[in-house]
Amino acid sequence: MDLIAEGIVQAFQLLIHGDPEMVRITLLSLAVSLSATAISLIIGITLGTVIGLTRFAGRRFLVSLINTGMGSPPVVVGLIVSIILWRNGPLGILHLMYTPYAIVIAQCVISLPIITGFTMASIQQIDPKLRLQLVALGASRWQLLWLLVKDTRLPLLAAVMAGFGSIISEVGAAMMVGGNITGQTRVLTTAIVMEVGKGDFGLAVALGIILMALVYLVNLALTIVQQRSKPR
Amino acid sequence: MKLLGTLWGSASHFLSGSIRRPRTFISRHAIAPLILLLTLVLVMAGCSGTPSNPELIMASTTSTGDSGLMDALIPIFEEETGYTIKPIYVGSGAAMTMGERGEADVLLVHAPASEVAFMQAGHGTNRKLVMHNDFVFVGPAADPAGIKGTASAVEALKKIAAAGAIFISRGDDSGTHKMELSLWTKASIESEGQTWYQESGQGMGATLTIASEKDAYTLTDRATYLATQENLSLDILVEGDPVLLNIYHVIQINPNKSDKINADGAEAFADFMVSDEAQEIIRTFGVEEFGQPLFFPDAGKTEADLGSV
Repeated sequence: MDLIAEGIVQAFQLLIHGDPEMVRITLLSLAVSLSATAISLIIGITLGTVIGLTRFAGRRFLVSLINTGMGSPPVVVGLIVSIILWRNGPLGILHLMYTPYAIVIAQCVISLPIITGFTMASIQQIDPKLRLQLVALGASRWQLLWLLVKDTRLPLLAAVMAGFGSIISEVGAAMMVGGNITGQTRVLTTAIVMEVGKGDFGLAVALGIILMALVYLVNLALTIVQQRSKPR
Repeated sequence: MKLLGTLWGSASHFLSGSIRRPRTFISRHAIAPLILLLTLVLVMAGCSGTPSNPELIMASTTSTGDSGLMDALIPIFEEETGYTIKPIYVGSGAAMTMGERGEADVLLVHAPASEVAFMQAGHGTNRKLVMHNDFVFVGPAADPAGIKGTASAVEALKKIAAAGAIFISRGDDSGTHKMELSLWTKASIESEGQTWYQESGQGMGATLTIASEKDAYTLTDRATYLATQENLSLDILVEGDPVLLNIYHVIQINPNKSDKINADGAEAFADFMVSDEAQEIIRTFGVEEFGQPLFFPDAGKTEADLGSV
């Protein structure tokens, strides 16, 4: 228990002194996971809307794959992305292994099914009569899509929270494809694993507290946005 | 932070935008976050060095990372040569596999028998002795197997096996694990599968923590033990047997493996590790903090000079 107290004290010390290494690690965690969430959001909302609104052969199979992907183990994603990004792998020519981009890619793969799945489910729960009514009122194809997506913004924000939450806190993929390199790819979760390995539990707890505070702040911002708009 | 704030501002605006202007949503609201994202990506890309191929992947063992030695050496090397090192800390076995596949340019490893096979197979072009320290047996102060003071490492293992005391093995094909396995072989003991023999599958630091929590014995390199001992309730019980020498070599990976190998960088790093400057840092590293050196520099020596073979 004294380690947790020590960790809390150390977390405040790091924050008050604005320890440059801590700031860099925290900002990188945030930048990487926000970028990955943003990319997943663009692809996932599109994909989820299309799958949610259309019927095609193999749809049920695809949906089952997406639902399975919502629980894909980060360490397996990390392994597969590593094999692809290794310099002698299929995309090795891009020189992305052990860079923040590699972590963004792996985290996109992890969060994409979550955001796609949430979008799909929330689009499907809209009353089909609304769609007919909008068409009857003369909405164009794009206007219809936009209005439907807008109508699901509350569950979509939940999707953002779930997607972001799953990747800011994952460590397996970030460790494998990023390599936990000082000043380059060290993020909060990999730094925590490293400090535990070094036996510096106080610092590990301190970094853990900073990570949890960060997740809280981002979710608080999202919650404010979500609850500001009145549900209809 | 300002950038991120703007990003979120746009994103929230995008998501909670009014339905009055459905036709303009793509041009107005979707493009801003995209541009910001692109900027973020470009900012993250903005770094480069002096050599034509400045990026160098060094695969090393967890002990050089967990003890902090490489954190002391790498910045000096990077400043002097302009290379950017990506250190990847894995077990010696995994480091050599990375080298074999051309996924690393240079190795700093400590598994001499495997290294010789690695060189004979043509995976490396140059192998230099850098430094040594030693392995020690650590365990609870109560010492249920009574190994304290035993001069021979093999005898100590026999006592642990006879007492059925818990022994934590790295179990990860690292240099330390290979050393431990060779000692069991020398002791003619089949440790695998015994209830008292447990594999952690993790790095040295984590394995020491597990041994400490379980009041168990383990084999560790001295550097990692000294660097982490304040959180451990483990004592050094057996040390000094010549077979326990822990010898580190730097190996340049054969550039014939792949045109992506940074041979110049690997050579620069190998030369740096045996330079007077690096050797002096190795000699004094940890003395101030732990009262004794963690590593002993050995540039120019052979394994025979150290007496391990």
